[in-house]
Amino acid sequence: MKIAVLSGKGGTGKTLVSVNLAATAGQSVYIDCDVEEPDGHLFFKPEQVNEKNVTVPLPFINSSLCTGCRKCVEFCKFNALAFVNNRVTVFEEICHSCGGCVLLCPQKAVSEREKTIGIIRQGSSGNVTVIGGTLNTGEASGVPVIKELLKAPQAESSLTVFDCPPGSACIVMESIKGADYCILVAEPTVFGVHNLNMVYELVRLFGKSYGVILNKCLREENPAENYCIEKGIPILGRIPFDTELGAINSVAEIAVRAKSKYHALFTSLLKKMLEEVRDEAAADSQR
Amino acid sequence: MRIAIPVDNKSIESSVCISFGRAPFFLLFDTASKEAEFLDNSAAASQGGAGIKASQALVDKGVQVVIAPRCGENAAEVLSCAGIKVYKSVTGTAKKNINEFLGGNLTQLIEFHPGFHNHGGR
Repeated sequence: MKIAVLSGKGGTGKTLVSVNLAATAGQSVYIDCDVEEPDGHLFFKPEQVNEKNVTVPLPFINSSLCTGCRKCVEFCKFNALAFVNNRVTVFEEICHSCGGCVLLCPQKAVSEREKTIGIIRQGSSGNVTVIGGTLNTGEASGVPVIKELLKAPQAESSLTVFDCPPGSACIVMESIKGADYCILVAEPTVFGVHNLNMVYELVRLFGKSYGVILNKCLREENPAENYCIEKGIPILGRIPFDTELGAINSVAEIAVRAKSKYHALFTSLLKKMLEEVRDEAAADSQR
Repeated sequence: MRIAIPVDNKSIESSVCISFGRAPFFLLFDTASKEAEFLDNSAAASQGGAGIKASQALVDKGVQVVIAPRCGENAAEVLSCAGIKVYKSVTGTAKKNINEFLGGNLTQLIEFHPGFHNHGGR
């Protein structure tokens, strides 16, 4: 089963939840989709790491074959091509690598050249397979790196956790596409409700099953909890605002491996989530 | 000489549009004939690369000078490739800016911003 962990902003606890759920599940796959600032590997410290470059094709114009017909310039929906001074200029950071210009050129003057935009790394930590990607600084979109990450083999029988980038933009959409279930991590503030709403709308738009984990819970009113009750969003569980947990996390240790009480906490979160998924599946089959 | 100015309305008295690539219209002014023409900016609704597409249209129209409050890096690259000079507009109408340019009172725009990409360009 594939689960995606997301939130409307950074720092709510996506990586805390993802890493600890994967570490609790035993045989599992953890995929760090936050390619702009991956940090899951800091916790897992994977061994036997294999690396692979991620490349995207970019158009390369052979000026001696180009007759200036402009078919490519007119076709490009992203306006990545311009025809000035009798030659085609390519704006690489705007190109989406669709390949349309290559197909269209009647003179076969457009070919593709691969450009490296990032790297993916795969290793292991105990019985967790740890996969992560890094987008090179200055690159416009992490989507190609995430697509490459998601190609990694994921057994249906075991748990795969996608640790998503923050927010609800393209890179998050790409990360949750293949997920069977989405966990939304929320903070107990009014601001947290706003961020929760962003990802709540996204997972509904994608028709995903979802539930919320309330993080940093205090002994006072929780606006995010109120929001879940109001909207009828299933609450999978609560992680307390806990300085001990914070201290373990801040030195990049995995809480469930460090302390049995956190192992118990995440075991119950995992159990509750699996029940939710089963109930959803049962409800779906009755429809 | 042909001057292009991004404008909010199809009038020589129009204000200069704050955005270059996503301006609704361009005023094209011919300094020899004193004639004004308005060009619908088909790049305005582009998902991305509006500055590039708008610049391409101005290059194709044989423009030699652009007067605008600001201009993105990619648009500037297309314009400079075609030898088009960009001048910084002053507060006031398109007509005022033409007169200021002809009087030699406008300075060339030398700082170009990275794209806004739908995050506050207008």
